[in-house]
Amino acid sequence: MIRVQNLVKTFGTFTAVDDVSFEVAEGEIFAFLGPNGAGKTTTIKMLTTLLKPTSGSIELDGLNPEVKQNEARQRFGIVFQDPSLDQDQTAWENMELHGVLYHVPHKVRRQRTEELLKQFELWERRKDLVKTFSGGMKRRLEIARGFLHTPKILFLDEPTLGLDPQSRNQLWSHVKKVNETERVTVFLTTHYMDEADRVAHRVGVIDHGKLVAQGTPQAIKEQTGTASLEEAFLKLTGSTIRDESAGSADQMRQFASMWKGGKR
Amino acid sequence: MSVIYILWLRELKRYTRSRVQLIASLGQPVMYLLALGFGLGPVFQKAGGGSYLQFIAPGVIGMTVLFSSIFSGLGLLWDRQFGFLKETLVAPVPRLQIMIGRTLGGATVAVLQGLLVTVVCVIAGFRPVHPAMIPLALGFMMLIATVFAGLGVAIGSSLQDMQGFQLIMNFLVMPIFFLSGALFPLDGLPKLLVAVTMVDPLSYGIDGMRAVLLGNAHFGGMIDLEVLVAVASVFIVFGAYRFSKIEI
Repeated sequence: MIRVQNLVKTFGTFTAVDDVSFEVAEGEIFAFLGPNGAGKTTTIKMLTTLLKPTSGSIELDGLNPEVKQNEARQRFGIVFQDPSLDQDQTAWENMELHGVLYHVPHKVRRQRTEELLKQFELWERRKDLVKTFSGGMKRRLEIARGFLHTPKILFLDEPTLGLDPQSRNQLWSHVKKVNETERVTVFLTTHYMDEADRVAHRVGVIDHGKLVAQGTPQAIKEQTGTASLEEAFLKLTGSTIRDESAGSADQMRQFASMWKGGKR
Repeated sequence: MSVIYILWLRELKRYTRSRVQLIASLGQPVMYLLALGFGLGPVFQKAGGGSYLQFIAPGVIGMTVLFSSIFSGLGLLWDRQFGFLKETLVAPVPRLQIMIGRTLGGATVAVLQGLLVTVVCVIAGFRPVHPAMIPLALGFMMLIATVFAGLGVAIGSSLQDMQGFQLIMNFLVMPIFFLSGALFPLDGLPKLLVAVTMVDPLSYGIDGMRAVLLGNAHFGGMIDLEVLVAVASVFIVFGAYRFSKIEI
């Protein structure tokens, strides 16, 4: 379903993603883990066509997103690390707009919007502006929106960031349910190792742009001789605190963009 | 429902839902109209220029359309900041459609603002010499709005954050307004200023409105129309090009 081979992304002299290869099977939940600035978001941005790879290849449901960009985009949904909802529109209007952007026919759009808003417990608030929603509600709406066009692949970039345990638990329950009922392949990143351990079928660990391990959570624990995924993660990536601002990659990108005339 | 329509509608909804923006946007034109229209009116009249209010009204309407349309284009920065831009950029639709929807939406909002200010001008005492030509004035408003919404999108696509906003305001938007002949007649200016006003697209927009509303024009109504159509085409293409290059 997702095939990545020798993927590289550089910004000037900085290599954000360095020769990364992995595969994610249909219906699988794959957690892509790594410390801040390790290259997770850059990888997701390349997978979702927001960034062009420097080299290497990507295949999404058999399509090369560089060649068949719109066809590939139609096949995936994404929940970004930062909110991407229109705060000045209602929940319903956000779903409607997404449905139109993804060419979902009118009747199906209305039916599916109702279904998803009910499933994600937002139906009662469908006429309210998104800016009046709590963080958890916004996240749920983003995920519901991501499912609207029935994607084959769902990318979740740190979807539980800033959510309380209740909201996190509810969110993963929804994701697992849709994964099981609709056979949606899920590619996620998270800093919560317990979540990855609980939800993901397989995990990949990236550090300094390189993929340092991949396998089932159990296999990774066995491979590192640790009792938990968090311990395994620390063993693989070290316990040094990383740049919290994630500035290295971003700054290099900004620096590079200055010389490319505003291209980012 | 098409992509262009829903993005156009989004701009309109945002405008109609923000009463503060609606009221605030009237503040500056009203101030120019009252302070300059009435303040400088007697001097202008003594100099043989006639009613300054009559002269300045098309300029103030043009200014409203300029600010509103260019800011709607720069609204891209807002969407970049608050994340919505990403939602549109990963959608399986050509970016040209997204850009056109946004630009048309911004231009429509700008024309609505222009119409609102036209009403304010009429209340203040402005009287079009040829009221039947008001639809043509609307056409010029649309052209001004399209020119600057396109330019706004091009600039908004090139800037990374809101920090560049003040720079654009001080070194682009304000000069475009002040050098357009909105506040003073274009006849008898120093050569350098004549050259500058001739490359300012807003000069043709305001001149066109004066042509249809007051029956006098510096460049001539047809020239105004031709220049605005040409510049609008160039800025739309340029805006679309810059928009197609955005990476998040």
